Amino acid sequence: MSMLSVDRGSPKHRRLQIAGYVALAVLALAVPFLFGPFRVSQFTLVVIYAVAVLGLNLLVGYSGQISLGHGAFFAVGAYTSAILLDKTGLPYLLTIPAAGAVAFLAGFALGVPALRLRGLYLALVTLAVAIAAPVLIQRFESLTGGSQGLTVEQPKAPGWSGLADDQFLYVLCLLVAVPLFALAAGIVRRDIGRALIAMRDDETAARTMGIDLSTYKTRAFGLSAGYAGVAGGLFTFANGFVAPESFTLVVSFSFLAAVVVGGLATVAGALFGALFIVFVPVYAQDVDQALSGVIYGATLIVCMYVFRSGVMGLLRKGFGKVVEVRGSTSGRNDDEVQEVAVAGAGRSAGADSGGVRP
Amino acid sequence: MLWLVLAGVLALTLGACGRDEEGGGGGGGSAKASPGITDTEVKLGGSYPFSGPASAYGTIGNGAKAHFEAINAKGGVGGRKIKFTTLDDGYEPPKALQNAKRLIQQEQVFALFNTLGTPNNLAIWDFVNQQKVPHLFVATGASVWGADVKAHPYTIGWQPNYVTEAQVYAAYLKKEKPNAKVAVLYQNDGFGKDLLGGFEKAIGGSQIKIVDKESYNVTDPTVAAQVKRLAGSGADTFLNVTTPKFSAQAIATIAKSDWKPLHILNNVGASKTLVLKPVGLDTAKGIVSTAYFKDPEDSQWADDAAVKEYRAGLKKYSPKTDPNDAFAMFGWTVAETMAKALEKMKEPTRDSLMEAVRSLDVEQATMLPGNKIQTGPDDGFPIEAMQIQEFDGQNWKLQGELVEAKAK
Repeated sequence: MSMLSVDRGSPKHRRLQIAGYVALAVLALAVPFLFGPFRVSQFTLVVIYAVAVLGLNLLVGYSGQISLGHGAFFAVGAYTSAILLDKTGLPYLLTIPAAGAVAFLAGFALGVPALRLRGLYLALVTLAVAIAAPVLIQRFESLTGGSQGLTVEQPKAPGWSGLADDQFLYVLCLLVAVPLFALAAGIVRRDIGRALIAMRDDETAARTMGIDLSTYKTRAFGLSAGYAGVAGGLFTFANGFVAPESFTLVVSFSFLAAVVVGGLATVAGALFGALFIVFVPVYAQDVDQALSGVIYGATLIVCMYVFRSGVMGLLRKGFGKVVEVRGSTSGRNDDEVQEVAVAGAGRSAGADSGGVRP
Repeated sequence: MLWLVLAGVLALTLGACGRDEEGGGGGGGSAKASPGITDTEVKLGGSYPFSGPASAYGTIGNGAKAHFEAINAKGGVGGRKIKFTTLDDGYEPPKALQNAKRLIQQEQVFALFNTLGTPNNLAIWDFVNQQKVPHLFVATGASVWGADVKAHPYTIGWQPNYVTEAQVYAAYLKKEKPNAKVAVLYQNDGFGKDLLGGFEKAIGGSQIKIVDKESYNVTDPTVAAQVKRLAGSGADTFLNVTTPKFSAQAIATIAKSDWKPLHILNNVGASKTLVLKPVGLDTAKGIVSTAYFKDPEDSQWADDAAVKEYRAGLKKYSPKTDPNDAFAMFGWTVAETMAKALEKMKEPTRDSLMEAVRSLDVEQATMLPGNKIQTGPDDGFPIEAMQIQEFDGQNWKLQGELVEAKAK
């Protein structure tokens, strides 16, 4: 019933895709010039959270493992960046890969016990990590500043750029986020992503196909934590301040909520999820101060009921009515992979995700 | 891919209502009038934990708001109505920063007023001072707010800071129990260390000795073990530097033991409603603490005109708030200081407000009699006197005189 129908890989399809990328680039770059500084700072947060949510989605959506502890990796990245800025004269841009690397190692280490645990048990272990993080931060006071936190210099817009500081920060975060999104899109489409999905859907079957479970599981954990770490580093830039209170359980839970709202096992879903966790609480507060938490929670529940496969599932359904992409069955068919992923994730979460193909 | 575009479109629509905010609240102060103030209105903003673990403090915001409403009903300050916008930060510093940005850059408030919490204010004070926005009467007793006037000229505290409070306890002990052997329980953070450090310094050169000290983290489930260890230390005085939940636990643990020290409970934990009632008022008999404003529950103020006005105002403008909650009185009282500063302001600019704030000398009817609010160009501590109070099993009873102690 589609109004428009194109063949995958055809020139028309390519043109549509390119038009899409161009439109997105224009939109993303227009943000800092269309809005005032407060809105720009909100969108900066959206970009930062999107990176962390994307990382968590690689783990939860694609590899089928659960983590309630990504707030901890986010904290590891934030503190790595803050400590480097505070104690060493390292240029701030270099603290981002460092934040990613340290969080990657932490995630990799946590991935080892994850080999033996599944589902609820893994959730509990990662939950413990999230609870322990703020306490540990306070213990290492000489390094982390304890409960007083650390104040660091925020990146300033260089004079030649002609940008205000808040605009520069947004562009900086965008420049870090875009390659990470491209990388994730690449990973899930290639053999690693397929291996992860196979592993999620059926471990025994995956092993018979020659997939080394322990390698892939620990890698998935590491990679996912690395994304959260990079986001944490950017978060330090955006705030200029880190304190243990900034990394409570709420952070971990909101990341997970964002993954589910955006759509499990989707790349673009991370953006919708991040928009959700940045904007919905703010609007909820405008409705009623005292009930903001309740409204936020209710919105979350409604989202789960109305579109179980997330915003992305809903969009695919609606968008499929407008444009139909007739897929080939060749290897590079990312939509197919994602469809399977969504359905599979729904099943492993014990809920029927519903048919997402229109 | 097209999804990403849609995400972008959604993003723009979500944020679309904020397009007219160009220019922000930066305002270097070159223009005559600052943002957020007209001849008929002045906009203030505050960030409080209305949700989350510290939500009991949210009452302070409600108390302050009720008082501003009451002032507005009488015509406002100098013809200007006060519009006080409060936002919830759940006691999370990043949210407090977002709130500060929102209040300054989007709502364009004239000044931030009474934002709550030490980490939250630490998270925002660099930003607020960069923006040259007054950051007034913050609701935290850390001594940094008044000690760093040069680097943060737009920030000022209000309540007696923890060092001042510690000096008051030291002075009390020197008089009442000059050979006291003190055991200290303190919260392992800026608050606890500020007070403990102030106390250690203040007892220097006296016969008072700290014989043992134990700390706990805010995230700890209980302090019973620490209190039991302190009970075995042979101390005859217990300095209890804790926040409400832990204050109650410490009182309960001591009641069950055979340790009978002189119990000094810091002001933060001295709430009758939050702390003493849950553990039983009888067990709290004899506990010593400090006060600096009138406790609404203290029977000696039952007929006090200012306290009556407070009760009536709260009933009218914030009926859900319990008037017996001392936090509501805190908010009510600090709001009056704000109104006094606005009244004193000569020109409708932020810098002029700061001048007024830095030269206050006012008496307020809900403060303890004689407890003036005074500031100076180099004196960033508005309230520096407290009075010892003792719990008689029903109410706090003030003892002796106001004790002034400068935190320097």
